[in-house]
Amino acid sequence: MSNLVKNIFRFILFILVQAFVLDKVPSLHQFVKPILYFLFILWLPFSINRVGLMLIAFAFGLCMDYFSGWPGLHVLPCVLIAYLRPFLLNVLLPQEKTETAYSEPSIKSIGFAPYSIYVLLLTFVHHTYLVLIEWLSAGNNFLFFLGKVTATTAVSLLLIFVTEMLFYRKAKYRTNAA
Amino acid sequence: MRNIVLFIRRFFTLVVFLILQGFGLAILVNYNKTYQAVFASSANELTGRIDKQYNDVDYFFHLKETNRQLAEENSRLRNQLASNFGDKDSSTVKHLDTLYRDTVGRVRLFTWLPAKVVNNAVNEENNYITLHRGTNQGVTKDMAVVGPDGIVGRVIMSSANFCRVMSLLNRNSKVSAMLKKGFYTGILEWDGADPSYLTLRGISKSAQAQKGDTVLTSNLSGNFPPGLMVGTVAAVQADQASNFYTLKIKSATNFFNLQYAYLVQNEAWGEQKALEAQTPKNQ
Repeated sequence: MSNLVKNIFRFILFILVQAFVLDKVPSLHQFVKPILYFLFILWLPFSINRVGLMLIAFAFGLCMDYFSGWPGLHVLPCVLIAYLRPFLLNVLLPQEKTETAYSEPSIKSIGFAPYSIYVLLLTFVHHTYLVLIEWLSAGNNFLFFLGKVTATTAVSLLLIFVTEMLFYRKAKYRTNAA
Repeated sequence: MRNIVLFIRRFFTLVVFLILQGFGLAILVNYNKTYQAVFASSANELTGRIDKQYNDVDYFFHLKETNRQLAEENSRLRNQLASNFGDKDSSTVKHLDTLYRDTVGRVRLFTWLPAKVVNNAVNEENNYITLHRGTNQGVTKDMAVVGPDGIVGRVIMSSANFCRVMSLLNRNSKVSAMLKKGFYTGILEWDGADPSYLTLRGISKSAQAQKGDTVLTSNLSGNFPPGLMVGTVAAVQADQASNFYTLKIKSATNFFNLQYAYLVQNEAWGEQKALEAQTPKNQ
């Protein structure tokens, strides 16, 4: 399956899973909200340039917004992490340029520790921005902001870990054919 | 000029980033201000169709509960039928219904329209419900939405076949409600914490509210007919600083398994609002 087809499938699948599975789970607490959809942006191939990355993130966020019924809520964090992603990858990738050998970020292509830092930082940035928007429009106390960012980040990291274990992505070498 | 072009080319990614953020903020602010999303009606129609597909599956697993709710509602309504009431003296049975509607010429105050719930959220900070009824079926903005057990919310926008309802579980939702005991009215809100509990503010302390008291919609509730079930008082918090109670209300509607709802229109509401909008002249 080509990269394009695979990513189109992922686009649809992540939105459907978030809108119709994770958002339907009865919440344990006000702070605990499972969010997984943004993993799509973390999994996009290295080869997309930065402007393209942001445009894809914008379209993806907008789709998510219309399913959640709050336009603008997901667009802003998605575009932000798409903007930050290349900077972070530049810092984290080893000097011998793995990105020329592998097609997309995964545990196998950039190593467990760098991949964990990559996921942790972008998840944290995404959730901070998302909860900030909710917090500003709802007007809770500051404890709500801190608690929700911490709890949602923890739940998301757990979900991403489970996803990585369940759907083991074979790190494909990039060839001239694809 | 050359320098500006060079500058833009150098920071092209940053410029695109800022433009996209600007777009996002515009959508966010525009929506939160007016409740009219950009492209709302077309997106509403599309996501509504997908939600319908999902609900067809989801609905099957709730059939038992839905059936129980509808049967209970039926029995409640059947109990109100005029034929259930007769005079003690069987020789002078009055048929209440023929007298009361036709010859005295009562006017209709509320119209009811049943609708299927196709999408429903409870976990967000601001929750919305989508119903499979739209402007083609006569849905208008601000119609009240009532479930089998109690009130549900208010219509905020509608497309041709679907409408979007702001549920009671929304921070922007405000409905007037009253205690059944003493008819004290207050404002019903949601604090964003637990989908089973609502908050009723502005009830005077002279109401002597107690745990277990019934809360109904009041005669000030706009499109909601007065006297519909809202919930029961679960906890009473007396605010020391003011003269009002803050009541925690157990919602009568179970928002987790909502399958059917009624759209209610107060026929006289438009006229009332137009009158209230006028400035009183000097007497």
